[in-house]
Amino acid sequence: MTSRADTETVISPATGVHPFRFSELWSFRELLLQLVWRDVSVRYKQTALGLMWAVLNPVLMAVIFSIIFGIWARMPSGDIPYPLFFLAGIIPWTFFASALADVSNSLVSQRALLTKVYFPRVITPLAATAVPLVDALVAILVLLAATLLKGMVPSWHALWAVPLGLVWAWVSALGVGLCFSALNIKYRDVGQLVPFIVRVGMFASPVIYPLSMIPEKWQWLYGLNPVVGVIELTRWSMFSTVTPPNPALYGSVGISLFFLVLGAYMFRRMEATYADLV
Amino acid sequence: MIHVEGISKRYQLGVERHDKLWDMWVHKARRMFSGGQRATDTDSDHFWALKDVSFDVAEGEVVGIIGRNGAGKSTLLKILSRITPPTEGQIRLKGRVASLLEVGTGFHPELSGRENVFMNGAILGMSRAEIKAKFDEIVAFSEVEKFIDTAVKHYSSGMYVRLAFAVAAHLEPEILVVDEVLAVGDSAFQRKCIGRMGDVASAGRTVLFVSHNLGMVQTLCKRAVLLSEGRVVTSGEVGAVLEDYTTMLSENEVLAHTRFDIDPEKRGQLLEASLHDRNGEPCGRFDVFDPIMLTVTYTLREPIEGAALNLVVYRNTELLFVSFDTDRAPELLHAREPGTYQATVQLPGPLKAGNYDVALSIGILNMGGVDSRPEALRFVVSEYSFDTSKKSYCAQRPGPMAADLEWSLQRQGNH
Repeated sequence: MTSRADTETVISPATGVHPFRFSELWSFRELLLQLVWRDVSVRYKQTALGLMWAVLNPVLMAVIFSIIFGIWARMPSGDIPYPLFFLAGIIPWTFFASALADVSNSLVSQRALLTKVYFPRVITPLAATAVPLVDALVAILVLLAATLLKGMVPSWHALWAVPLGLVWAWVSALGVGLCFSALNIKYRDVGQLVPFIVRVGMFASPVIYPLSMIPEKWQWLYGLNPVVGVIELTRWSMFSTVTPPNPALYGSVGISLFFLVLGAYMFRRMEATYADLV
Repeated sequence: MIHVEGISKRYQLGVERHDKLWDMWVHKARRMFSGGQRATDTDSDHFWALKDVSFDVAEGEVVGIIGRNGAGKSTLLKILSRITPPTEGQIRLKGRVASLLEVGTGFHPELSGRENVFMNGAILGMSRAEIKAKFDEIVAFSEVEKFIDTAVKHYSSGMYVRLAFAVAAHLEPEILVVDEVLAVGDSAFQRKCIGRMGDVASAGRTVLFVSHNLGMVQTLCKRAVLLSEGRVVTSGEVGAVLEDYTTMLSENEVLAHTRFDIDPEKRGQLLEASLHDRNGEPCGRFDVFDPIMLTVTYTLREPIEGAALNLVVYRNTELLFVSFDTDRAPELLHAREPGTYQATVQLPGPLKAGNYDVALSIGILNMGGVDSRPEALRFVVSEYSFDTSKKSYCAQRPGPMAADLEWSLQRQGNH
């Protein structure tokens, strides 16, 4: 931003849809960091337990779901203790779901800012993924601690597979979220739709039950949901006894990338009229 | 430096918008069945908030943008700040642009003053290093040093605004686009802000200043652009543009007689006010030397100690004088019986050509108001009966008051 003293800015009518200007985005990196830092610090500032909530959340979820599904409903989880099995599913899912919800809502919730000052709009949805990401990172540490406490050792694959899974979930949430965030400006129905998708989506992902419960011939369809791949990747690398994920699941990487491109396109197309509609 | 060329902005009116997905589908289905005819854009579907606006601002110039509400000022600001794109036209700007459409953009109540300074600075386009370097200066300017590590939600609104303005005041872009954000805070702080704006201007920065406050525009700007209904009416030297603006404001808008709404709850109340010419006829347009008579009827419902009728006269929105109906009858201040009073007065003359507003109120001296009518009457004084161009009180000359003085001149010898 400091180097733009001599640059000429041309303000002209919005024509067509142009790709993101990455050099401009780069020059606003400090603003992105500042927004990320604001969201993260505000989230934990007023709570008495602060960051402890990021730990408590997955722990309490694991306890409750283990009682209901592990003990009472006797959901099979292979030779992995149900709480660990559940955590390895709920962490990627929660990350995806909350990132999706926050990104979808980002332009509407940050309206006060976006109608008052210029910066590349896409900074807002990007910053919205920060809080879910921090929560997920803390939760992964909880999962790791719980695994070690049970006397199990994650395979070395976890070193690359878990981060890769997070990136994959991030790309998926961002792509779909960008589509929704663009639609949300004009059609506030999206605000109703997203929580629904998030709630139903959890049951369409192998969070509380194993993938093996889905009939083999339908797994390709089930696997179109990118989070399925992410969860399988995480379980396989965290617990060495699990079989490697079905390669068919990697096909949903294509779905994630497709939504990322579509989301970027829809976002850019909406950007010009944003301030007039919101 | 700033080159605005043929800027137009069209807004869609609510006719063709489908805010719900369902509406859109219904609409699309209807269109399909009705033979795929697309509703054509008609003039009634949209309106032009700006139409063909062009002007130039040179480097280091401070330009005021004025106009009534709805004239297109805010739309122009939004386009200049790149919040919304124009529909037509182009603007070329050289250098870093910072726009201040409000103070404290991005302030978060949970964050401390210190954190908010960094947050707000980043949003306004300052780098972290820049904010760090100016931090102490910003805090000193804001006068909230003691509370800088307290969450902003505990601030008084005055403190909040001071801190927010302090950040904005330390922006150093080449081009600064400012909305009426200066009209904040207590008057001492306001003066400080105006001083700071003046500094910014004299430091050679280009400033675009949008405001209703003509006094402020006059103090800060050398040039001004007057907008009306989305078009540029005049642009040029600030005095001339302001004159045009005040003329425009009052065109066909004289108010020679007003009857006020009755509110029986009030202890005292203005009933009626009117302006008359020398024949006692109601009149709102006067010549420079015409006598102007003002009549005000008011009622006092209970005995009020110290009650007086206050007359305030403004010329071109600038306060000219204040007068009380008790000025020459101080005994009225002691024992004022309930009843209806009619006060008549001849305004001091000659009045300089211009647009005059009359504000009336009933007040208790040094105590407060009982009834107030800030826009009671309006009248125009113009120079039509004779040529004032060689007179001191010609409208174009400086000063708000015509002083047709009795000079005595004696020739004291010859050379």
